[in-house]
Amino acid sequence: MGKQQITDPHHLLFEAPRVQSFITGSEAVAEAVKRANVDMAIAYPITPQSESMHLVGELFEQGYIRDFYRAENEFAVMAAIHGASLGGGRVFTATSGPGTLRAMEMFPVWAGARQPIVCAFMCRGVSLPPSIQPENIEMGMLLDTGMLMLHAEDGQDFHDMVLAGYAVAEQPEVHLPVGVFVDGFFATHTKDRILLPPADLKLPPYDPRTAPVPTFDMETPPMRITRDPLLNKSNFISGAANASWHQEVLAAAERSRRHLRTYLGGLLEVESPKAKTLIVASGTAVSQSREALRLLQAEGIDAGLIKIKSIRPFPEEELAEATDHADLIVVPEFNAGGWLGREVKAALDRNRRVVSGPRLFGGMSMPPGLIVETIKGAMATKNRSAGGA
Amino acid sequence: MNKPIFQISPGFEEIMPPEYRELVANGPYGKGFGVSDLGSYKELIEEHPLCAGCGLALSIRLALASLPNPGDTVIVGSTGCSSLVFPQVALHNIHSLFGNQNAVASGLKRALKLRFPDKVKDVVVIAGDGATADIGLDMVMQSWFRRENITTIMLDNEAYANTGGQESGMSRQGAVLNMAPTGKKFPKATLPEVAQAAGCAYVAATSPAHPRMLEKAVRKAVLIAREVGPTYIQLFSPCPTNYKFKPQETIPLIKQREKEGIFRNQEYISDEAQRFLDSLEEARKK
Repeated sequence: MGKQQITDPHHLLFEAPRVQSFITGSEAVAEAVKRANVDMAIAYPITPQSESMHLVGELFEQGYIRDFYRAENEFAVMAAIHGASLGGGRVFTATSGPGTLRAMEMFPVWAGARQPIVCAFMCRGVSLPPSIQPENIEMGMLLDTGMLMLHAEDGQDFHDMVLAGYAVAEQPEVHLPVGVFVDGFFATHTKDRILLPPADLKLPPYDPRTAPVPTFDMETPPMRITRDPLLNKSNFISGAANASWHQEVLAAAERSRRHLRTYLGGLLEVESPKAKTLIVASGTAVSQSREALRLLQAEGIDAGLIKIKSIRPFPEEELAEATDHADLIVVPEFNAGGWLGREVKAALDRNRRVVSGPRLFGGMSMPPGLIVETIKGAMATKNRSAGGA
Repeated sequence: MNKPIFQISPGFEEIMPPEYRELVANGPYGKGFGVSDLGSYKELIEEHPLCAGCGLALSIRLALASLPNPGDTVIVGSTGCSSLVFPQVALHNIHSLFGNQNAVASGLKRALKLRFPDKVKDVVVIAGDGATADIGLDMVMQSWFRRENITTIMLDNEAYANTGGQESGMSRQGAVLNMAPTGKKFPKATLPEVAQAAGCAYVAATSPAHPRMLEKAVRKAVLIAREVGPTYIQLFSPCPTNYKFKPQETIPLIKQREKEGIFRNQEYISDEAQRFLDSLEEARKK
């Protein structure tokens, strides 16, 4: 292990000189963990997450992480990560698809316990027939767990969002878990040119005393003043206490917006903002949409692209503003449910402008031509109905 | 009070609840108290909402009074009747979900080791029989397989009591309970034997009918867990509400079961754990 100097997240993310490296997304996430001054990581194997957690295990062997083990299942991983975080450690783990669902009960607990856990999700199919192939339906199932959700387009995003995740999660006014999601295989198993900050820099250690809730270490006074536990009591005071705690979790997520703007450079990014036809996408669908834009522009069709980086909190206002002038909004995504399409429709007025699709799942890739066809089809429908009116 | 953190900041004494002030003035932290001191100090457990005659309440009270180092002990609990007590216990205690207690405790203990390398922080799991032997069994056993330095205490009331008296893996064969309308079809799970086979360095089964025995078991279990490996204690804690006996019959019922040979107090100490206890005894004599 090389000696590492502590630096602040802003310097690490934006100022330190970066060197280009040709690596996979799995390697990129391990490079982020290497610079994140993580106390403890816990892993359980699942495709396509495994490679990254092998590499995180190697970081433990090299001394970059102070404790690491292979746990018994994902629910136990997320429970043990919760325990380590309650004890004041900075933690990291990752999972995929079925592992996410097996661990599901823990995610609202992380948020409710106000823990700055960073977890990577290498998304994959979850249904019967069994699929280990890429798709991100699990994100739609996690929208209301209380955790912040960032969706990486590629290995570069994956690396940067893990580091930004710690910076945002550990803000005293936020102190919520951050899920960094990436479409499995497409981004984890392909090599790309990724710009890495120096390996001899790392984030400052986590100081649990900055948390808005006490650490469970018997170094702060035990509370013993809850005569009416929040749990299981059907009276107004218990109900109100429980509800206000939940409201504070939601409020903390709202307060994360300004930090996300600082560390992600915005909750969304817009390309060709003046176009009347806009594609709204997240994850690797953004890359495919960039190709679709190129094809459309070659045919003289003016179209733009909005990349949503933060799914929770969702950039409702930015999206409404960026799409206000648009006639057609197409939302391609890698799942059968169309959760991003629903989010976009719910955020916009005149939402019949929104076409939720194409949707690819079951492991199929998304040909840019399919996005082009969807846009042309929607334009033709619009013209026909305009002509008929 | 052995730690300044337990002191109330000057000027705030009056606004703190009286039981908290009493805890600061006369609590057990750092005093080395045991069960024979009960009644002479402010206990860790405040008034609790459990039923009259609850075996769990007796077991929890005695177990907390037996902790060797309450000033540096964190409890991990689980869902059940006991989770209604812990908000009123003056130790840091965690209740996150049903069944995940030993996984939470594994992560917690490891993080505390990293953060306090020169200090002992005891992590003790206290959970019911459903949490330990049924829904959480895989995580309980896996924590033993991994040789985590934690103590696991099962409060065995032989049923899911908080949800209304359903059969659990620890109910006795033949017991008629909710969800076992024709009687339980298989025997009570033998967790002490399982614990021993799974790698626990110390295993004991006892009950609040024997406070001294319970105290010794808890002390040994916590000390051994620090240095040697995982430890397990099973406390028979009958439930008058769901098994429908009178509150004052809890202890007599335990003794009757002992007499009939249905319940027996057990203790297992591994050779390594015994050597460790002997070394503590040697050091104490010097």
